[in-house]
Amino acid sequence: MIDMQDVWKTYPNGTHALKGVSVQIDRSEFVYVVGPSGAGKSTFMKLIYREETPSKGQISVNGFNLSKLKQRNIPLLRRNIGVIFQDYRLLPKLTAYENVAFAMEVIETPRRIMKKRVMEVLDLVGLKSKAGREPSQLSGGEQQRVAIARAIVNNPSVIVADEPTGNLDPETSWGIMQLLDEINFRGTTVVMATHNREIVNTMRKRVLAIEDGQVVRDQLRGEYGYEF
Amino acid sequence: MNFNTLLRHFREGTKNVFRNGWMSVASMLSIVVSLMLLGVALLLVLNLDRAADRIDKQVEISVYLNLEITKAETDIIEQQIREMPEVQDMTFVSKEEGLETMRQSLGDAMVKGYEENGTNPLPDMFKVQVIEATTVPFVAEKISALNDSNPDKPVYDVDYGKGTAEKLFKWTQAIRTVGVVIVLALGLMAMFLIANTIKVTIIARRREIAIMKLVGATNRFIRWPFLIEGVLVGMTGAAITLAILLYGYYRVELAYSGWDTTQFTPLPLGDLWIWFSVLILGLGFLIGAWGSTISIRKFLKV
Repeated sequence: MIDMQDVWKTYPNGTHALKGVSVQIDRSEFVYVVGPSGAGKSTFMKLIYREETPSKGQISVNGFNLSKLKQRNIPLLRRNIGVIFQDYRLLPKLTAYENVAFAMEVIETPRRIMKKRVMEVLDLVGLKSKAGREPSQLSGGEQQRVAIARAIVNNPSVIVADEPTGNLDPETSWGIMQLLDEINFRGTTVVMATHNREIVNTMRKRVLAIEDGQVVRDQLRGEYGYEF
Repeated sequence: MNFNTLLRHFREGTKNVFRNGWMSVASMLSIVVSLMLLGVALLLVLNLDRAADRIDKQVEISVYLNLEITKAETDIIEQQIREMPEVQDMTFVSKEEGLETMRQSLGDAMVKGYEENGTNPLPDMFKVQVIEATTVPFVAEKISALNDSNPDKPVYDVDYGKGTAEKLFKWTQAIRTVGVVIVLALGLMAMFLIANTIKVTIIARRREIAIMKLVGATNRFIRWPFLIEGVLVGMTGAAITLAILLYGYYRVELAYSGWDTTQFTPLPLGDLWIWFSVLILGLGFLIGAWGSTISIRKFLKV
């Protein structure tokens, strides 16, 4: 599913964000990516949906060889990856429904099918009744649910979540985690970067620890392992 | 792209105009202001050109004929001048008519003596109008040269206000040049003003574009609604400008129609409005399309 071979990433300012990372993630896996701030977690995530390109090494995601992926084919890759951020990144002037529908419009889904499917996923994330609201009229947790609905509406094979609970209170965070767990249970690969120790230690999954640009730990049912 | 998607782009583009409320109004206003400046300048220049043309047309060549020449020779000269390609029209003024004109401008006393003894000292003459005013000196030269091929030297003198006419042409030409420069400068200014406004509205939306790219939108998919939005804003601005300009011009024309002056009247609106509308609306369309295309280009590389 996701295959990284000796991946290096050096930014133009000379920062070495990743130094020879090799990781394999299989279909339907759930992987936490943990580590201190600035260790390279975000770079690791961005490489998956090709917001960044590696300076060295090979990455393949979902059968796409990212080093050979042409600029104009990037959209095709991204349609198979649902991305979730700490700050939700919803389009501010669109309603919850429109935000989710947007991801389907992009792949030219007929409106009839789209309407049905959007309401279906909004129902799944528990926001069917708030479909007509704009992000500013929703709570943080609700906004993140809309973002999740948008991420899964096209049935992607991978969900990439960069600290999805970072801005949320513990109770809301658990709600989000249950959703991600359910999505994973249905067969979608989930890669999630997090600082939330309680979640990692309670909901036991594979843990990938990145420190100073390198994978220092890779456990199948791992723990958070940091004291902060 | 299928039909539904195209429809979607139009729907989104239109909605975006309203979603961006004040930003759309700002862009529209900057287009109105720019096109208004350009339009007013253009109308002024067109009328100045018309006025300059009128002034130029008043320059004519007086060809005085030799007192001794016969009717047949006069006809030959007329024939020769008429055949010159630069000449638009000419009229014959007989010595009697000349004297009459003189009487009217100088008074009876001045011409009385001539009439009494029947010695009219005035020659017959032709008044020659040319098509292109600036060819006057050249045509005058050609008419003088008619003497070269005729031993009788039928042409006594050729006069067109040498010196004065050239100065006048210089001035009218300068007015035209200045007019064109003003229009070009304003056009350039309008472009910068509009490009800047659009840039501001788009920078505010770069995040939006980045999100679209993240969910897998192609550049073309992102560009279309922006393009439609830009064209709508541009055309609306142009339509407002056009309404104001045409109404204003109509009032000016109305004000002039009360005057009975042969010197100057504005270009009639009836001849003007169709191509002027096409021009202003066309500019609105181009500005809108160009502005949105240019401005989002650099944000698409995410």
